[in-house]
Amino acid sequence: MRVHVTSVFVDDQAKALQFYTCVLGFVKKRDIPLGTHRWLTVVAASEPNGTELLLEPDAHPAVKPFKAALVEDGIPFASFAEADVVAEHERLTRLGVRFIQPPTDLGAVITAVLDDTCGNLIQIAQARDA
Amino acid sequence: MDDVFRAIADPTRWAILDDLVARDGQSLFEICTRVTMKHGIDSSRQAISQHLDILEAAGLVVTRREGRLKFHSFNGAPLAAIARRWLKAKGSNR
Repeated sequence: MRVHVTSVFVDDQAKALQFYTCVLGFVKKRDIPLGTHRWLTVVAASEPNGTELLLEPDAHPAVKPFKAALVEDGIPFASFAEADVVAEHERLTRLGVRFIQPPTDLGAVITAVLDDTCGNLIQIAQARDA
Repeated sequence: MDDVFRAIADPTRWAILDDLVARDGQSLFEICTRVTMKHGIDSSRQAISQHLDILEAAGLVVTRREGRLKFHSFNGAPLAAIARRWLKAKGSNR
């Protein structure tokens, strides 16, 4: 078994696609109409055949309270690898992205946490072992 | 004032205050991450949350909400009150 697709719950798929591609830099992989919603995935630009991230509608009534509780405590819904967290923080800040935690050196890892504008916090992490 | 003394009588809460002094306005997640990874303290999120409640009740931590987010900051005023109570006489002699 391997991870083929994972998801973030988004409040608006069109807005999410715009943010995850134009701002974060992912690339659209699949966009299949499914009634009112879409099977909408993005991949890392550097790994077009890598794990897909599904921009999944948060329409189920259980999801919004769940997301709100995570956000209140500052807990990221997902964590993405980044080669240079400090540089990415600068780039994204210039694009107007809101960080609730600037790059923080935690020893083994440098992390930062941003608001994806779709109801989630996302962590970016740079391993420092190499 | 006794709740302030109780609040600062704990090494985990010292670590939390150290980190809040270093960076104002942290989420619970950031505080937990720092306590675990920078201070090597093995505490659950629930335990850290309880520590924060004690610090907040003593006035040493204040929280503010921005939309759905909640941020914690250090407030030194209760410590200043303690310092004034015993140090002012000494201070006036210096």
